[in-house]
Amino acid sequence: MTTTTADHGAHAHDHHDDHHTPAFFQRWFMSTNHKDIGTLYLLFAVIAGIIGGAISGLMRAELAQPGIQYLHTWAMMTDGSDATLDQAYHLWNVLITAHGLIMVFFMVMPAMIGGFGNWFVPIMIGAPDMAFPRMNNISFWLLVPAFLLLLGSTFVPGGTGNGAGTGWTVYAPLSTSGSAGPAVDLAIFSLHLAGASSILGAINFITTILNMRAPGMTLHKMPLFVWSVLVTAFLLLLALPVLAAAITMLLTDRNFGTTFYDAAGGGDPELYQHLFWFFGHPEVYIMILPGFGIVSQIVSTFSRKPVFGYLGMAYAMVAIGVVGFVVWAHHMFTTGMSVDVKMYFTAATMVIAVPTGVKIFSWIATMWGGSMSFKTPMVWALGFIFMFTVGGVTGVVLANGGVDDIFHDTYYVVAHFHYVLSLGAVFGLFAGMYYWFPKMTGRMYNEFLGQLHFWVFFIGVNVMFFPMHFLGMSGMPRRYPDYPEAFAYWNGIATQGYKIMAAGMAVFFVNMIWSLLAGKKAEANPWGEGATTLEWTLSSPPPFHQFETLPVID
Amino acid sequence: MGCPGKGVWGNEKPMNIGKSLIIAGLLAFAPAFAASQTALAQDAAAVAAAPADDSDAGAVNATAAETAAPAEKVAPPPRMKPTEGIGMPRPGEYTLPEQFTATGNQARWIHDMLLLPIITVISLFVLALMLYAMVRFRRAANPVPSKTSHNTFIEIVWTVVPILILVAIAVPSISLIAEQYKPAPKNALVVKVTGYQWYWGYAYPDQDIPEFVSNMLPPEKALANGEPNLLAADNRLVLPVGRPIKFIITGADVIHSFAVPSLWVKMDAVPGRLNEKSVTIEKPGVYYGQCSELCGARHGFMPIAIEALPPAQFDQWVRSQGGDPAGKAGEAAKTADAASATPAKI
Repeated sequence: MTTTTADHGAHAHDHHDDHHTPAFFQRWFMSTNHKDIGTLYLLFAVIAGIIGGAISGLMRAELAQPGIQYLHTWAMMTDGSDATLDQAYHLWNVLITAHGLIMVFFMVMPAMIGGFGNWFVPIMIGAPDMAFPRMNNISFWLLVPAFLLLLGSTFVPGGTGNGAGTGWTVYAPLSTSGSAGPAVDLAIFSLHLAGASSILGAINFITTILNMRAPGMTLHKMPLFVWSVLVTAFLLLLALPVLAAAITMLLTDRNFGTTFYDAAGGGDPELYQHLFWFFGHPEVYIMILPGFGIVSQIVSTFSRKPVFGYLGMAYAMVAIGVVGFVVWAHHMFTTGMSVDVKMYFTAATMVIAVPTGVKIFSWIATMWGGSMSFKTPMVWALGFIFMFTVGGVTGVVLANGGVDDIFHDTYYVVAHFHYVLSLGAVFGLFAGMYYWFPKMTGRMYNEFLGQLHFWVFFIGVNVMFFPMHFLGMSGMPRRYPDYPEAFAYWNGIATQGYKIMAAGMAVFFVNMIWSLLAGKKAEANPWGEGATTLEWTLSSPPPFHQFETLPVID
Repeated sequence: MGCPGKGVWGNEKPMNIGKSLIIAGLLAFAPAFAASQTALAQDAAAVAAAPADDSDAGAVNATAAETAAPAEKVAPPPRMKPTEGIGMPRPGEYTLPEQFTATGNQARWIHDMLLLPIITVISLFVLALMLYAMVRFRRAANPVPSKTSHNTFIEIVWTVVPILILVAIAVPSISLIAEQYKPAPKNALVVKVTGYQWYWGYAYPDQDIPEFVSNMLPPEKALANGEPNLLAADNRLVLPVGRPIKFIITGADVIHSFAVPSLWVKMDAVPGRLNEKSVTIEKPGVYYGQCSELCGARHGFMPIAIEALPPAQFDQWVRSQGGDPAGKAGEAAKTADAASATPAKI
């Protein structure tokens, strides 16, 4: 891919720029620097990830055995000591809702796009910063009140108990007539703000990538990570306004007596589902595409080989993005759609497997004939490729509308989307974290702890999520706080998997803190000749402003 | 949104494999066409039969009828004991449940004989390629990397082969959908299923059996009955074996989903909409299911329990409820026709 010798320019400015690093408050609260904003996004995502991950721990604890063990006690904490069993059940719905929304909107998206996208897109295209630095800042700061609104919603009435218990999909009429009280309104506002934040970010990325590439950096020379963020930004730009419209209509149905989603007034609850999934399906590609980009960079770097089939890889992502917009109703196979519609969405959904397969095989072909080393980022990337394949093939099973009738809304679906997200997107995040940690912090992470983190986490998530396929086949529905005795075996194992995963996360945090404080100093390019993108031509960490003299790409 | 009577439902007749292949192909490349139809997905016309929330409905349940209705000469058939592992999940199970409908068996075959082997082989193939590459092309074994970055032939192969595999999956899969959407014959038993927060209501309009309510049995009662906890219900949905059944499914308050895994049935119960699902149960037995669309606090506690009886016993049950087993079999067809001014076919 792109190679350059433009490092001298950046170094020359290193000294000069240090004088201009703003003071603490101005630097972190009024930032217009893409790297600082990227760091803020990453820290935000870590905090949200801890909260979202802790919530899944609560859920796995409750599901470890049949019966209600802890839920009622927890409900007494949130709803008062006189909490009823129904309020406890409602709390369960609040937990599943919060876990989903936090992980999607406040962990994966900020980390992938806001964090790594902000940090490395400008550098990889040889730009000094993002096109709209102040808009970049407000994109981040809109997320903070959005997150606070979501967390705050937990403490106000939302129907049967406190908090929004609608599921992350917020389906009407459960979210309208079914949830009295302000909790759901707060959750909707939270999504509005998070959506606005993402739209602004998307505009910024598109403008930056299309207009601020260094001389010689043609679209077809851009690193695949930049391609992935470009496609993602277009998906955000086209999908999020639809979500905004859908949830605004929810808001008016709830508060102003409109009946967009109420059949009694000429509306239709299914309309909400169509609008939601028109956003929701592209959303899953929004979460995974930057991961594809990260994995492409890493596989190429550690195989010391250019990415195999570069154009195919780039346009496979474009194809996934385009087709991703015309498959949404496979999330609605059991809503009672007509036979033709069900057949179309079955066929169209399976089409997505083709560009995805191209990517998987191209990664393997990139390794083929390479000279591979297995540093921590690479083992995460390899884990990503295999686990994403497993999640992808179960997606092909679910794509079959007639077969989906038994899997829909069961743990099979939960297993499927955690394989592509928790073992796909999150593996991509960890891969990117280890890959760029030396560049972002100027210090090396601890290789042993990184490898240990991988193996413990890898075993943990597989022990946790693989049995969920069996639970789903057996018929266990999602979003249940309790289950018949027969589901106890695999649920017990899944909870053990959570504990292993949590131990892996402890290793990660120890590694991060230790490496930040006492890690070895990192060179400009710790990965050797395989790392050819522009960020490795800068010092580690890069100067506060880079590329004041634009690099020239040959 | 709804467009009653436009007849976009299509496909009244079962499709053959060749035809479904063509449709699969056409549909894959005609997103705009089908997307425009999505809006018409189901008739959203006002539900004529707004569910009557009859709190006394419990009075018509089997046991109550036995004791409280001496005028009724007919006793209901004894409550059927479930068979361990049939119609309910089995401990530690890792396969799909045994199926008791023709479409269920067809679907299960597609999963077990086609999809599962294909996805297993693909996953293992990818794993094998990766492991081979990791060993053969590790730095120690291959210090000088090749610079190959293109190979048109292999790129065409890994695009075309997956397409062929997908077509092989799509053909039986599309026929399965066609089979599942076959409309029920005119003499089908019509059962109206209504989801409430948080119980189910069942009515047999043609047999004049008004809606009765089915609630989850408390754990101790389920245990005493020898039924699985959280799956057992007080009043079961009693159905005949071997006779086509047409479920008309709707929701009273929020969206629920009527799901019975061993019959391969899952259909959302949406307020303001009549969804239809037709099945023929092949064997007597008790088949359990659970609500499968998040519907509020007690979403996990509104099970579905179906008791499938041989025709004679089913008729006895209908009589015990004060219904007429012959029903309005003749009239039913007419009523159905009249009702189809707002078509609820799927």
